[in-house]
Amino acid sequence: MTSALLYDRLQFAFTATFHYLFPQLTMGLALLLFYLRSRALATDDDHYQQVSDFWTSIFALNFGFGVVTGIPLEFQFGTNWARFSTFAGGVIGQTLAMEGVFAFFLESSFLGILLFRKRFSRRLQWFAALMLFVGSWLSGYFILATNAWMQHPVAYHVGDDGRVFVNSLTGLLTNPWLFWQFAHNMTAAVVTASCVIAAVGAYYLLSGQHLPHAKTFLQTGVVAGAIASALMIFPTGHGNAKQVFEHQPVKGAAFEGLFTTERGAGLYLVGQPNLETMTIDNPIEIPNALSFLVYKDLYAKVKGLDAFPRDEWPDNLPLLYYAYHVMAGLGTIFAAIFGLALLSLWRDRLFNMKWLLWLLMLSAPFPYIATSAGWMTAELGRQPWLVYGLLRTAHGTSPLVHSGNALFTLIGFLGLYLLLGLLFVFLLGKTIGRGPGSIDSQTTYPA
Amino acid sequence: METLWFIVVTLMLAIFIILDGFDFGVGMVYPFVVRTEMERRTVLASIGPLWNANEVWLIAAGAVLFFAYPKAYAAGFSGFYLALILVLWLLIFRGLALELRSHVDHVLWKQAWDTAFTTASLLLAFVFGAALGNLIRGVPLNRDGYFFVPFWTDFQPGPEPGILDWFTVLLGLTTVSILAFHGANYLVMKTEGALYKRAVSTAWVMGWASAGCTVLTVTAVPFVQPSLRLNFAGHPMEYLVPLSGLFALGSSLYLRQRQRDTAAFLISSVFILLMLASVMFGMYPYILVSTTDPALSLTVFNAATDSYGLTTGFTWFGIGFMLVLAYQIYVYSLFWGKTRSDDAH
Repeated sequence: MTSALLYDRLQFAFTATFHYLFPQLTMGLALLLFYLRSRALATDDDHYQQVSDFWTSIFALNFGFGVVTGIPLEFQFGTNWARFSTFAGGVIGQTLAMEGVFAFFLESSFLGILLFRKRFSRRLQWFAALMLFVGSWLSGYFILATNAWMQHPVAYHVGDDGRVFVNSLTGLLTNPWLFWQFAHNMTAAVVTASCVIAAVGAYYLLSGQHLPHAKTFLQTGVVAGAIASALMIFPTGHGNAKQVFEHQPVKGAAFEGLFTTERGAGLYLVGQPNLETMTIDNPIEIPNALSFLVYKDLYAKVKGLDAFPRDEWPDNLPLLYYAYHVMAGLGTIFAAIFGLALLSLWRDRLFNMKWLLWLLMLSAPFPYIATSAGWMTAELGRQPWLVYGLLRTAHGTSPLVHSGNALFTLIGFLGLYLLLGLLFVFLLGKTIGRGPGSIDSQTTYPA
Repeated sequence: METLWFIVVTLMLAIFIILDGFDFGVGMVYPFVVRTEMERRTVLASIGPLWNANEVWLIAAGAVLFFAYPKAYAAGFSGFYLALILVLWLLIFRGLALELRSHVDHVLWKQAWDTAFTTASLLLAFVFGAALGNLIRGVPLNRDGYFFVPFWTDFQPGPEPGILDWFTVLLGLTTVSILAFHGANYLVMKTEGALYKRAVSTAWVMGWASAGCTVLTVTAVPFVQPSLRLNFAGHPMEYLVPLSGLFALGSSLYLRQRQRDTAAFLISSVFILLMLASVMFGMYPYILVSTTDPALSLTVFNAATDSYGLTTGFTWFGIGFMLVLAYQIYVYSLFWGKTRSDDAH
């Protein structure tokens, strides 16, 4: 039973993390694609049409992988987490069903139009892009509403049999936790998409192909990336951290590596948590910074891990600490790179600055690492709870699915997703190699 | 309210089987109707822009089941653990086949994904039929409301059944033949020329196969699940539902012969809807019947969420459902008519 719990957790963590590599680009790209299609419609020239078509084909490829890896997540609530589903279905069933009905249908219906766009007018293509944007962001909203409830349960009551039920749908959908979480997550998705667009632009420019398209990619990616990566840190990142310290102080103490309660607590930039001595080894610390960031007071008291019973600590402290620091560190680096790129773009120098183009090109994988680390922070930090304060993770599994079954399917997913990853990278490389303009955008039929 | 949601879930599943069913059927008859690459592309383009939204009906039906009957969702999904994970893997392969085939211009690449498409469609249709068989037959629910069934035991639908026994296998085969008929009817409607002729003859064969299988299944059901027979005996008017279902299948075959292509497809959809409605009438109020002790069964009442959830859900679901119908009909109308061979993406 205990080992089944581990496999259940690993399987969900792995399939969810792998899945989220795709929708983060989908959601960010949906916004930028809508912008590009709007330009194509407004300028009525083939340049923006070609740019849009190129990113539509990458969007579609990415969306396809997102769909097939997304279905297992909804199923796993039932297959591996049956007691959790029984316990919390009365609440999260609402948001998950709303996601299906309001968002997923919208996305997949209108993607068909964009894929087979040759038949349709530019106006209809633009409309389909708008619907994809609305659908994918709504989808993100409902999924995050589900997660926000697990982080910070609101608008529920406990029934006679110990299960929980929603008692205000509006309360569930306007969970205060959700606001910062959604803002932070969606700006992160825009950072990922901006980074990818800018990186492909930088690649074309450095290798001397598709120059007009490359410049548009870079302009779009750098401007959107600079705005989004600034918003990542402030106010959305800050807002998230503040609400963690307010509602989940033990998670905050754990990811900051604050073992003991302190007045004027410092902020560790680097250092390794040592569970033997309960200290941070080799720290580089900004004195008083944590107290100031959380309470706007250099000498405020911040609760450390010692303020909480041991069985309420997140069960993997070092991993949580590193995940958080990887996320925060990368976020800062993105802001610096994009800031620099925006400045160079504004002063008309970016297209000649080889080293910065190289940097932009190589930065493409890192937003994926940052978002994965960010979600690890959120989810590992929620442990040992599945629903914060209400249901422990160990009490949420399926009682009759034994460890052998769970391990078998976990290994199956590992193998299958390795194949998926290889296929995706191969086909993405092919699409980028073919380049914009090769996708026939001239033959649009009037609708 | 509990009953209303039972109808909603059944209706969503029926829409899933009718819509995604035709693209599963297309997948199964695919190797029999195509000869050239041009024909392959035409067939794939006929479902290309539509299959994904069709499949969402499965996801949405699952989510609505979760929302309305959390206990049934939890028990069912964990109890059929291995089969469901297998379904997931097959859905992944099928989705990839449809999405990735056109990306590389190499004959082996295309053949590999064609095979994956047909195999996954066939196996999934079979598994969905077997799943329905499991619901009718019942599962060994325990005192806590959970169960776990292996793939097979002795192939008998007794108190300790497996996912596969002679009855669920029969339902699997019935579903395969019905969806193949349905998919062939769809292709008849969407194609021309040699492709059209081959689709017609495939539809003809599969139509008679599904008639045979359906008669066998309808005969077997009352023996395997006596409570279903009692349910119908208690409300004789309900016999009209399966009877009109059989009548619809007959009409569809007749219309097929008269070359009323669109009508034949629409009536085979009605047939599927009526057959699922018959199961619903027969099962009510049970969602999961226990084979060990009938008192442990999950019904629409003891598995449901509370009344606030069900009532509130109905408001947003009504709006959402209408919206989905509106734009799905719109998207279907955009792709209405014979598929053009240059319609690939």
